[in-house]
Amino acid sequence: MTTALTTSADAPGADAHGGAPAVRISHVHKSFGRPGAQTHVLDDITLDVAPGEFVTLLGASGCGKSTLLNLVAGLDKPSAGAIEVTGGRPALMFQEHALFPWLTAGKNIELALKLAGLPRPERRPEAERLLELVRLQGAYGKRVHELSGGMRQRVAMARALAQGSKVLLMDEPFAALDAITRDVLHDEITRIWAERQLSVLFVTHNVREAVRLAQRVVLLSSRPGRVAREWRIDLPQPRRIESSGVADLSIEITEELRGEIRRHGQH
Amino acid sequence: MASTDTTPVLEKTDRAGKAPSDTADVGAGLDALDAVTAHRGSIGQALRTKALPPLIGVLVVLALWQGAYSLHVTSSYKLPSPADVWRSAQDLWYQGTLFSIIWTSVWRGLSGFLLAVVIGTPIGLVVARIRPVRTAIGPVLQGLQSLPSVAWVPAAVIWLGINDQMMYAVILLGAVPSIANGLVAGIDQVPPLFLRAGRTIGATGLTGARHVLIPAALPGYLAGLKQGWAFSWRSLMAAELVASSPDLGRGLGRFLEDQREFSDMSGVLLGIILILFVGIAIELLVFTPVERRVLRNRGLLATGK
Ligand SMILES: Nc1ncnc2c1ncn2[C@@H]1O[C@H](COP(=O)(O)OP(=O)(O)O)[C@@H](O)[C@H]1O
Ligand SMILES: [Mg+2]
Repeated sequence: MTTALTTSADAPGADAHGGAPAVRISHVHKSFGRPGAQTHVLDDITLDVAPGEFVTLLGASGCGKSTLLNLVAGLDKPSAGAIEVTGGRPALMFQEHALFPWLTAGKNIELALKLAGLPRPERRPEAERLLELVRLQGAYGKRVHELSGGMRQRVAMARALAQGSKVLLMDEPFAALDAITRDVLHDEITRIWAERQLSVLFVTHNVREAVRLAQRVVLLSSRPGRVAREWRIDLPQPRRIESSGVADLSIEITEELRGEIRRHGQH
Repeated sequence: MASTDTTPVLEKTDRAGKAPSDTADVGAGLDALDAVTAHRGSIGQALRTKALPPLIGVLVVLALWQGAYSLHVTSSYKLPSPADVWRSAQDLWYQGTLFSIIWTSVWRGLSGFLLAVVIGTPIGLVVARIRPVRTAIGPVLQGLQSLPSVAWVPAAVIWLGINDQMMYAVILLGAVPSIANGLVAGIDQVPPLFLRAGRTIGATGLTGARHVLIPAALPGYLAGLKQGWAFSWRSLMAAELVASSPDLGRGLGRFLEDQREFSDMSGVLLGIILILFVGIAIELLVFTPVERRVLRNRGLLATGK
């Protein structure tokens, strides 16, 4: 129950849970561009997410967080190293809701269910159940443009869950929302994570958000992206983003993050 | 540095912070405040704003025409009055040939257009998605769009003779490039985010084309179809004007040419008006409703207008 901290960059994160990790990223490198004129974006990233663990990946803009998440999602291939995800293709949520505007909220979810192989008669009830889970019962027939930003992101969450994967990757999913809506969605994702026993890898550049949500915060350095440091966070859930426990740890992590960024200004 | 010592205090605030139902209530309140409600105007209002302006436009044109006729701007055999043209229409009606003339052309135009859709769509898909194919025939396809399809008529007559096949060939040569190019443009405009989102939920390959790529490209595709219809119709009229044979059904283009041969100017004007009328009617009855529906469903149509 105490706010523990530390562990160095190479400490195994997931020992407490035992068993195979939900996500295993080992010695992953990623470069872009032609040979000769390459930018090395990710450098030797090693990181596990234990089953049922909530990990936030924190780093400055452009440090390679999205790149790493795309690799885990299988949308791109690492230049070196290996990534294993148990239970098949992980679900991925973006900063933009990425819902299909030609389908209703319900049909967006049903498409994911269909592609996951659910037989037709079970799709609608399951879609309704998922909408209920994100507290949007009644939004089944709504068009995407009829929903508010927060509602869209919740439908996107329901669609991600419809894939049936226990591993959920989230790329700054709440960054475009106002503070109050974001606050509500923090509560919702925490609740759903616990209810569904998901393993979550959540990317953000917002330190407080990282501390509010995670059991473990992983700080990435920039250019090239490396795991700089990790913090284990034992504050009880649900936390409040404005509570002093979150604030204190945020100050410490921000200091570290600023240090990382400062290094780049010096040369 | 560590916040260990403050933990007990924290825990209290955290626990007392909020009950789950509070979150639900705040969430529901936000949804209610934020949700967009779409309004649709009444039918009377729609008639006033949509039907009235074009009606006035037509009346103004008729008035100018009648004015020019009454002032004897030119001899009346060159410029008959609106009433003369109306009488020609009545004659055609009493002869019982008005509808068969229109139908012959509309049937050719629409069936040729549908054939063009069946051929142009796969061409568009392949050009848009397969790089070497695009480099090879993409520019040609775009160039073809600016070639007036009348230019194909002489070639088509020599290849196929004066018959229905030749008409369809000219329609296809006019419409297929428009339809294919429309689809290519539609696909190019699909936001990459949709494709990535599709891939993460497992929509790849043909499944991806069916569930993500084609629906996402639909607005551009529809624009191409609309243009394809316009090209089909124009090409057909050109072919009908040029090709004369007793074996061929008599369509609007042929009617127009016959009237010219009789030097019947009110018949010629009637022919032009009918061709224009059919083109506009198909667009209003077929394409506009489909397009509006697609755009409205996606929230791309300005509401309240
Ligand atoms: N497809 C790409 N080609 C070239 N460079 C890329 C590509 N994707 C990302 N990058 C570069 O990699 C770096 C990290 O990008 P990104 O992962 O999006 O950062 P973050 O999500 O942390 O803000 C950036 O400098 C970006 O310019
Ligand atoms: Mg990013």
